[in-house]
Amino acid sequence: MIVADRKPVEEIIEHLKDHKNILVLGCNECVTVCEAGGKKEVQVLASALRMNAQTQGNEVKIDEVTLERQCDQEYVEEIRDIIDQYDAVVSLACGVGVQFTAEQYPSTMIYPGVNTCFMGATEKRGLWTERCQGCGQCILATTGSICPVARCAKRLFNGPCGGSTAGKCEINAEVECAWQLIVDRMKALDKLDQYETLCPIKDWSTDRAGGPRKVVREDVQQ
Amino acid sequence: MRLQYPMNIKIVRVPCTGKVDVIHILRALEKGADGACVIGCLEGECHFNTGNLMARRRVEQAQKILDTVGIGGGRAKMFNLSSSEGPRFAQYATEFTAAIKELGPNPLKLAKNKAA
Repeated sequence: MIVADRKPVEEIIEHLKDHKNILVLGCNECVTVCEAGGKKEVQVLASALRMNAQTQGNEVKIDEVTLERQCDQEYVEEIRDIIDQYDAVVSLACGVGVQFTAEQYPSTMIYPGVNTCFMGATEKRGLWTERCQGCGQCILATTGSICPVARCAKRLFNGPCGGSTAGKCEINAEVECAWQLIVDRMKALDKLDQYETLCPIKDWSTDRAGGPRKVVREDVQQ
Repeated sequence: MRLQYPMNIKIVRVPCTGKVDVIHILRALEKGADGACVIGCLEGECHFNTGNLMARRRVEQAQKILDTVGIGGGRAKMFNLSSSEGPRFAQYATEFTAAIKELGPNPLKLAKNKAA
């Protein structure tokens, strides 16, 4: 899932200081799981904004809506009838949701309410870690299902490098060396011979190097 | 025991303080309460293991937000006691009421009165 972190309330207050009718818009997907932008967080932020407005003596209308998703047109459409009531929307969805909502409602200012971080997994409640960088050409089949693009600081394809010490990366003693993990896992799977196969130079054009990307599937298009 | 404690305290019962969320504390203050305290079991003695520890973190989170929005984090507080400690409950209730009286009424009420 996409992992996001909460933005400081002060920052959101600063963005919204000139607006009088505000909609706090949550998302029921990834940001709900990582406890940054779901229904609960929408309630907390809206309550904080209302109290702030009242203590400042401002009359501000703040409403709350949480959509199933903000990255799909059919759900973003659900606020079409009410969007005119607001001069600003704080979207607690990931960066995708913020932009997609803004595209659907070009005359309304949409502000981000979270910092979108990465694609990752929930290791335990309150701990999310990165697993994928969406490079567009998955090589997990040859690396024991551990991604050197996302988890090796140098994105090495034939690692480890000399900075790997006791299974940890040289950038930080808390960061696992991805290549140590790969070797350990290959060994456990009895596939260490695969490790000796050199990985050819990767075509990075499917990564961000090729600019904004898209997936086109004519077979499912309508 | 017939212990006395300030009568302006409204008790909201929850099955465990782990049930108390940030929004419950914020909403109490938003609706005009002068303070909100969470009174949970002693740390390490939660029947559900970590309910009171989660509550403490949520109270801290609410305090930060209340400081940011100008209400004051001191209006939310966490206390711990054992369920058999009636006198301590009365003591906490008295202490918290005194602390809130010191802080004065909820700024939202003052702002509303000024506007009216």
